[in-house]
Amino acid sequence: MKKIKKVLILGSGALKIGEAGEFDYSGSQAIKALKEEGIRIVLVNPNIATIQTSKELADEVYFLPVTPAFVEKVIKKERPQGLLLSFGGQTALNCGIALHKSGILKKYNIEILGTPVSAIILTEDRSKFAKHLHKLNIPTPRSLAATNIDQAVKIAGQIGFPAMIRAGFALGGQGSGVAYNMTELKKIVSHAFAFAPQVLIEQYLHHYKEIEYEVVRDKFDNCVTVCNMENMDPLGIHTGDSIVVAPSQTLNNEEYHELRRASIEIVRSLGIVGECNVQFALNPKPKETVIARSETTKQPLKRSPRFARDDKGNLEYYVIEVNARLSRSSALASKATGYPLAYIAAKLGLGYSLTELKNKVTGVTKASFEPALDYIVVKIPRFDMDKFKGAIDKLGSSMKSVGEVMGIGRTFEEGYQKAIRMLDQDFEGAVNDEMFKSKDLIIETLKNPTPKRMFAVSSALKNKMNTSEVYKLSGIDPWFLSRIKNITDHETELQKLANNVIPAKAGIQEKNGSPIRSGMTGLLSKPHLLELKQLGFSDKRIGELVGKIGLEVRAIRKKLNILPSVLQIDTLAAEFPSQTNYLYMTYNATHNDVAPAGNSAVIVLGSGPYHIGSSVEFDWCSVNTVQSLKRYNKKSIIINCNPETVSTDYDISDKLYFEELTFERIADIYEFENPDGIIVSVGGQTPNNRAKSLFKYGAKILGTSPENIDRAEDRSKFSSLLDKLQIKQPAWNAFSTLEKAEEFAAKVGYPVLIRPSYVLSGSAMNICNDKVDLEKYLEEAATISKEYPVTVSKFFQKSQEIELDSVAQEGEVKAAIISEHVEYAGVHSGDATIVLPVQNVSLDIQKDIKDIGKRLAEELQITGPYNIQFLVLDNEVYIIEVNLRASRTFPFIAKVTGINMISMFVDGLFGKKVMGVEMPKIKFVAVKVAQFSFARLIGSNPALGVEMASTGEVACFGRDLEEAYLKGIIATGDRLPTKGIFISLGGEQKKLDFLKTAKKISGLGLPLFATEKTAIFLKKNGIKAKTLYKIHENKSPNIIDYFRAKKIDLVINIVDQGIKKEVQDDYHIGRAAIENNIVLFTKVKTTSLFIDA
Amino acid sequence: MAKLILKNGEEFEGVTFGYEGSVGGEVVFATGMTGYPEALTDPSFAGQILILTYPLIGNYGVPKKKFWESGKLQISGLIVSDYIDTPSHHQSKMTLSEWLKKEKIPALEIKDTRYITQYLRENGTMLGKIINGKDTPFFDPNVLNIVEQVSIKKILKEKPEGLNKHKRVIIIDCGAKNNIKRCFLKRGVETITVPWDFDPFSNEGQKQLKNVIANEVKQSLSIKIAASPLAPRDDNLFDALFISNGPGDPKKADKTIEVIKKSLENKIPTLGICLGNQLLALAAGGDTYKLKYGHRSQNQPCIMEKSNRCFITTQNHGFAISDVPVGFDKWFTNANDDSIEGIIHSKLPFMSVQFHPEATPGPKDTEWIFDFFLEKLT
Ligand SMILES: Nc1ncnc2c1ncn2[C@@H]1O[C@H](COP(=O)(O)OP(=O)(O)O)[C@@H](O)[C@H]1O
Ligand SMILES: Nc1ncnc2c1ncn2[C@@H]1O[C@H](COP(=O)(O)OP(=O)(O)O)[C@@H](O)[C@H]1O
Ligand SMILES: [Mg+2]
Ligand SMILES: [Mg+2]
Repeated sequence: MKKIKKVLILGSGALKIGEAGEFDYSGSQAIKALKEEGIRIVLVNPNIATIQTSKELADEVYFLPVTPAFVEKVIKKERPQGLLLSFGGQTALNCGIALHKSGILKKYNIEILGTPVSAIILTEDRSKFAKHLHKLNIPTPRSLAATNIDQAVKIAGQIGFPAMIRAGFALGGQGSGVAYNMTELKKIVSHAFAFAPQVLIEQYLHHYKEIEYEVVRDKFDNCVTVCNMENMDPLGIHTGDSIVVAPSQTLNNEEYHELRRASIEIVRSLGIVGECNVQFALNPKPKETVIARSETTKQPLKRSPRFARDDKGNLEYYVIEVNARLSRSSALASKATGYPLAYIAAKLGLGYSLTELKNKVTGVTKASFEPALDYIVVKIPRFDMDKFKGAIDKLGSSMKSVGEVMGIGRTFEEGYQKAIRMLDQDFEGAVNDEMFKSKDLIIETLKNPTPKRMFAVSSALKNKMNTSEVYKLSGIDPWFLSRIKNITDHETELQKLANNVIPAKAGIQEKNGSPIRSGMTGLLSKPHLLELKQLGFSDKRIGELVGKIGLEVRAIRKKLNILPSVLQIDTLAAEFPSQTNYLYMTYNATHNDVAPAGNSAVIVLGSGPYHIGSSVEFDWCSVNTVQSLKRYNKKSIIINCNPETVSTDYDISDKLYFEELTFERIADIYEFENPDGIIVSVGGQTPNNRAKSLFKYGAKILGTSPENIDRAEDRSKFSSLLDKLQIKQPAWNAFSTLEKAEEFAAKVGYPVLIRPSYVLSGSAMNICNDKVDLEKYLEEAATISKEYPVTVSKFFQKSQEIELDSVAQEGEVKAAIISEHVEYAGVHSGDATIVLPVQNVSLDIQKDIKDIGKRLAEELQITGPYNIQFLVLDNEVYIIEVNLRASRTFPFIAKVTGINMISMFVDGLFGKKVMGVEMPKIKFVAVKVAQFSFARLIGSNPALGVEMASTGEVACFGRDLEEAYLKGIIATGDRLPTKGIFISLGGEQKKLDFLKTAKKISGLGLPLFATEKTAIFLKKNGIKAKTLYKIHENKSPNIIDYFRAKKIDLVINIVDQGIKKEVQDDYHIGRAAIENNIVLFTKVKTTSLFIDA
Repeated sequence: MAKLILKNGEEFEGVTFGYEGSVGGEVVFATGMTGYPEALTDPSFAGQILILTYPLIGNYGVPKKKFWESGKLQISGLIVSDYIDTPSHHQSKMTLSEWLKKEKIPALEIKDTRYITQYLRENGTMLGKIINGKDTPFFDPNVLNIVEQVSIKKILKEKPEGLNKHKRVIIIDCGAKNNIKRCFLKRGVETITVPWDFDPFSNEGQKQLKNVIANEVKQSLSIKIAASPLAPRDDNLFDALFISNGPGDPKKADKTIEVIKKSLENKIPTLGICLGNQLLALAAGGDTYKLKYGHRSQNQPCIMEKSNRCFITTQNHGFAISDVPVGFDKWFTNANDDSIEGIIHSKLPFMSVQFHPEATPGPKDTEWIFDFFLEKLT
């Protein structure tokens, strides 16, 4: 094997729908694999929140956009001999292909390690690839490529409806969809062409099973399939949005192994070296004889006698697609089986053979084997639809989920109910009695699934619909439906029992009496309670069904000595002894594979599923905590349930519980391990929310005391605390009637910010500009009542937002870093563009802010990380909120300033007195820019607001603000305008604010377009702009035509919340821009910054 | 309450879902995740109480007989963690439970199959019994010649449909899986399946052979093929000898060993699978031993000697080759425990493998062994 000394690895950039944390996992694994070989690693990845960009891993990290231009610069400087491009998702792949095609790689003679680029290119071109498969006698769905709409229409004529449209060279099913008639077809196709040069019109395989295989191949042609997975949702719902189980449950031996054989044949034919994902459609009820026809030759695909069906029964399958790289599915497969896929793939890329590599998990067996599971995993995606105003929540072939969880059990019911709780959306299990009241709604949801479909299924089965009816509507295999029915049956039975044994009233009395009552234990006999736990019911849910609280059921359970077992994930079903630290809990066992760790250990609560507001940054914090614990010889125990994370890797912690972050499960683990304590402040809000209940239960929480956490989180307690400390805060109050709310709003003056405690539709927080607004909102969107009060706060317009990130030890501040938002307050801190070091915050203000931080640390006796958000208006500092936990900005700060506040926190826990550090003088500027995924979410409103909507972030560096920002913007996918710029300015005020920038724009010498009003305004100020009519005016020249004709590649659409009607138009303009893949700005300040740059 | 009792006293309570009777046998575990209908009808499991480590069993029910590996359930008893009584599959004809009851095979659901597996891994395979109601003695299948029990009673001929001239292989049935025959038939080779102690070289044997060859018989497996790549046979009675898989201790099948010796003397191309592998070794002067807990899984990596090719194989055996006979070379080695997985003669067409190239259940990666062997036929 020839020696390679330096390798370039391309990352995937910001987290976005379809390309999320899984690539931090695969990248980090690859880096470790190469480091072991003493290879120097150069990494290009602007995603500053990732673990792979920490200095412990890569030797050189470039926070630059993963685009050919920038990567070439890096190549020129670093001169690597090898390139790994299959560990950074589609972004890295596309960039690598571009570098290959433009001859850059040849020029600097760089070798692409692993799978040959030719194979990658082939798999990316759907029609070429189909031809390739037909040569192997492997069928694909009937399908033809079109490069323009007319062509598409003709093809649809031939193939018929329903037809599936998919865009080539796009990830996450972007731009694809199903058309049931010509008009729908035209709509989807034109949308798709905005993203891709070519679309495929394809026969839509209604309610087929969707099956995936993860194949690994070495250069000696050895192949193993690490895992196969079955989607519970039928074909048609993107695998990323589907509930998925591993291994497959409804495939018999012939189906399992014929698909396996086909996967391997495909992988060999492509010469893959490393990892590859193959997706199949499988007919659940194949016809007697199956003739798959080749699109190219129109001839039936003959099968060689070797694969004669007659002796094995019919089998009808098609290949959906192949990903010749690490993918979301391979990350899942890796966590599902314990097989370190990305690590192995990287080694194979260096030329190792599978037989040379050890199975890291067992330590005794080889990597050239196929894991045997003795458990089932259930993956469920996490959606955040209501975070996107107006987004359509129907699931389809284009991915919409923002994260995922994986439940492990020894019955399907156990894994499934675990996973549902892991979503951390207040679901207690498979059944949710409130969600679906009407049968029509149930049927509608079964027919056209949404993220809530699980509960439609359970409601249907609980309310006298049988499995075959539900199957017909939903296409979910009866096998799964029967399992879910098993759950609902047990619920019904338990409810009946409860009503007989304890009369309704008694239930309430017992709440404040001792939990163990004859009636109660009689109701829940040991075998019965055990059975319920084996089916994955939570104590809380059992309580709900019998009129108890969870803690009472827990007490009974422990009295009856019903406790979960701790089992290892050892990759070969206990056939060989293994040292693995990868654990889960189940009630379907009677022994423990491992011994308790004892008080030398510390439990670290991870982040749970990625979702809007909680992303890879908190995984960085968790992993850093674990690493710091090593310094104090503390054993680390991670609890997390998110398969996309690095913290759940087999080689990070001393013990890994792939488990629920619910009170019940954390307490189970705490009681089994009895560790020194629990760290709740590094995994984001979810662990933070557990602090109170765990503390009440008697668990030891390390760091700031939960009482003080509560004083900061409870709004009224917090206010009185601020009053005591004489710290200002925007006027606010909580109201249970509309009148009172209006009174208050009138007093403090509009606009006001509303935070209802119960939301009916849309987003929780909202800005109301006047009385009408307020009434409308509180009628349509939210409830106002005694038990659901609404907090109203004065909304500060045009005020600066500033953040303070700190760490303290016993109330003493050890580090305090101030960063600044580019946007005015009103853009959520998670969406805002954040600048470090601060550029225009006066020293006095900085002093005030630090001082407030100091006083709060003292008052709340903070030990650990905390984050404060401030508003600055006319040189007055107001406080928005305090989070007594690590914030989103911690990795950003660590990498910009070198101050790792997580490791300082751990020092603060176990070390002696920690030395304080000051913000160092740095000569460059770092900017953190949010990544949005609006394009995926049909209908969602791209205008930013007080609710966070971004899915990820990047950070870039520059000599000045402009340079850094420009890099950041490019890294999030925006391009510089080269064709034309469209401007629409809402409201007089905004127009004036924008004038300075507008002048600059006209200087760019690009054709300008504007709405009628704006054009007039610009003309007045000596700027020429062609008038275009708004979409709804449907007069030409119309905006939409220019968009479609690609005459415009930058849209500046400044919304004035003041005027409702305009907001409507703005929404349409914004969507149109997004759907035509055009750069969009909606804030005066970012726009001017962009133009300056 | 029904239970599983191990020879050394360990007891596990369970819930019955099969035939409500008691049975003794050798307790073994298998880690394959699919293909229970194939496994449970594999005669190599005869006399054994099988623990499936994959917890959810019964998912796709039970298919038609023609998809089985033999005419009946071969296991003595079955232990699973989570029996599924609601199968879903277009081929399913009955539930697993119905099948077990019909064929009088006891089966228990015991939650912690992982613990029993670890126990057997540490202490080795041992005798045990499933108790449903009245007690029954322990029973060791390895002391008596169990091959005799599973072997076919009278000679059976099967032709590949659609061919009139073709090669012919004699399958010595020590408990052969149907897919072995399918693999030959698919390749245009006629199979004559004979009892474990049948001697095709004796005059009596030759007579019987001529007999069945002359007579037309109705097919039990029907496999149509268009054409065979193999040259039609010249006129000796048969072209090759095949020694099948089967249960128990190879040394008990002494008569088969004698027959194989003659075959080697006559330089008849000879292929062995699983038990056949051990028998070939013994006939050629090698030796065998009992593994601590055997190989019963579908993910055993086997490395081909003098190459870096590794194949994922299905295995189901408790004994293995300890000494490679003179004149033979090691062919395959187990990547996990270095045990011998196959031998091949350095000059003559004699070869055998410990794994199952016919798969069912399991990966199809080594089906090429049949092609490789048949190429050797002249
Ligand atoms: N012919 C088809 N009929 C029905 N559904 C399909 C078809 N092709 C693809 N799909 C669905 O669309 C999803 C996305 O398609 P895929 O080719 O995997 O694109 P991506 O590259 O986004 O993964 C698949 O997961 C599958 O559920
Ligand atoms: N009184 C206010 N005036 C102006 N903007 C505000 C005000 N309160 C909050 N915001 C904006 O709303 C965003 C979210 O508010 P915050 O209370 O931090 O909610 P969260 O808990 O989701 O972070 C803040 O980042 C800030 O931009
Ligand atoms: Mg896909
Ligand atoms: Mg905030």
